[in-house]
Amino acid sequence: MSMYFSKEHEWVRVEGGVGTVGISDHAAHELGDITFVELPKIGAVVKQFAVLGSIESVKAASDIFAPLSGKVVKVNDALELAPEAVNESAESAGWMAEIEIADEAELKNLMTQAQYDDYLKTL
Amino acid sequence: MDEQLQATPICGRHRDLKALMAPFGGWDMPIQYEGIIAEHSWCRTSAALFDICHMGEFLFQGDFAASGLEDVFTFSVQTIPVGRSRYGFLLNEQGGIIDDLIVFRLADDQVMIVVNAATAPKDFAVIKERLHGGTFTDITAATGKLDLQGPLARYVMVELIGEAVATLPYFKFITMDILGVPAIVSRTGYTGELGYEIFIPAEKVCELWDLFLTDERVKPAGLGARDVLRLEVGYSLYGSDIDEETTPLEAGLESFVNFDKTFIGKEALLRLKEQGVTRKKVAFEVSGRRSPRHHYDICSEGNAVGTVTSGVFSPMLGRGIGIGFVTPGLTAVGTPLTITHERVTMEATVCELPFFKGGSVRA
Repeated sequence: MSMYFSKEHEWVRVEGGVGTVGISDHAAHELGDITFVELPKIGAVVKQFAVLGSIESVKAASDIFAPLSGKVVKVNDALELAPEAVNESAESAGWMAEIEIADEAELKNLMTQAQYDDYLKTL
Repeated sequence: MDEQLQATPICGRHRDLKALMAPFGGWDMPIQYEGIIAEHSWCRTSAALFDICHMGEFLFQGDFAASGLEDVFTFSVQTIPVGRSRYGFLLNEQGGIIDDLIVFRLADDQVMIVVNAATAPKDFAVIKERLHGGTFTDITAATGKLDLQGPLARYVMVELIGEAVATLPYFKFITMDILGVPAIVSRTGYTGELGYEIFIPAEKVCELWDLFLTDERVKPAGLGARDVLRLEVGYSLYGSDIDEETTPLEAGLESFVNFDKTFIGKEALLRLKEQGVTRKKVAFEVSGRRSPRHHYDICSEGNAVGTVTSGVFSPMLGRGIGIGFVTPGLTAVGTPLTITHERVTMEATVCELPFFKGGSVRA
């Protein structure tokens, strides 16, 4: 189960045609204390790199973009009351949505963990 | 970075603590250490230490009336008792706020004026131009300033600084020796908590910083937490909520303007009082955890009626809070407003200030 990353710092973990999506540890750390997460609606159909939701910290508000096209089948509604979970574990318990993947070929537009780590060094 | 940033004497300590640094008012300042919410919470429950060396301090010595100092601010200087301080404004001829500041009456013929960092050079020039007598000096570089704020601040101060501060009331200050040098300890602050502002010669301020941090009730807090703390109690931030285009009348700060004396900007304010203001400050709470932010639009029944000047998620209230300016008539408590920005919409309700009423400031 490998993870893929977007340039906008979302991650997706793919398993059985479903992608679990969140923001990277790096992004969570950059945002600082996260105070609000706007989750997508279950059933929403999203295109790769289109707005999926948004996230707010004390410092800033940012959009979250879908790393892959597909249909939202599940959301982590625990984040509505406890958005700080994203700061605590952005790449596991802080996941935001599960997407039924429309086209796994789109993974080629994302980075592997190693590529993402290199990308972070360029920022 | 284009501008040459100034560093406070404590800059090295912030780096050692791995603080996130950012430019503020021309200075390289700590925004956060462990995190804004943790530091905010520490200030509301224990005692937080802030490096405020960036703020400007001026000294005036002379005859207040003969020099014209008495007419410089929106409040009377000569009626401040020695050992007390007063908050108010330096206005331009149009009544716009050049700065908000505090004047400390040090002696019969001496005051210290404490101003915002970004505006300090202009304030000094404006005040100097309005004076015709006395000695007026910018002592910012020579003056260190630390704020210790929080419900446990008094216990810390008494143990580390001395028994003399134990009975100091709100907006009163004392001069005393700290670490062998003359210092000023004032019961003022910008957090809504019981707290002290300490002015000490710049060469000793780092030693005082270290001394405070030997106490386990004290933790450092950055300007990020300071901004959340001040907004929860409704204090204005110069440059965001008030500026030269804003008068105290619009900003709901008329109680800091004394119309019984002369001051520059008075005629303009009197005219504005007669005509009526075209916008008024409003405070509002959002119905969820989203945060209103500077420059978001304020709408009422589908029409744009104003702009947010400050907004944040309030950890104490668990929801977004903000202040801004709207068309008069929409400021009554309970009035529904909508805050919008791009695809974001928040329902809000006009409320009273302060947002957070449980602070220990007057304890």
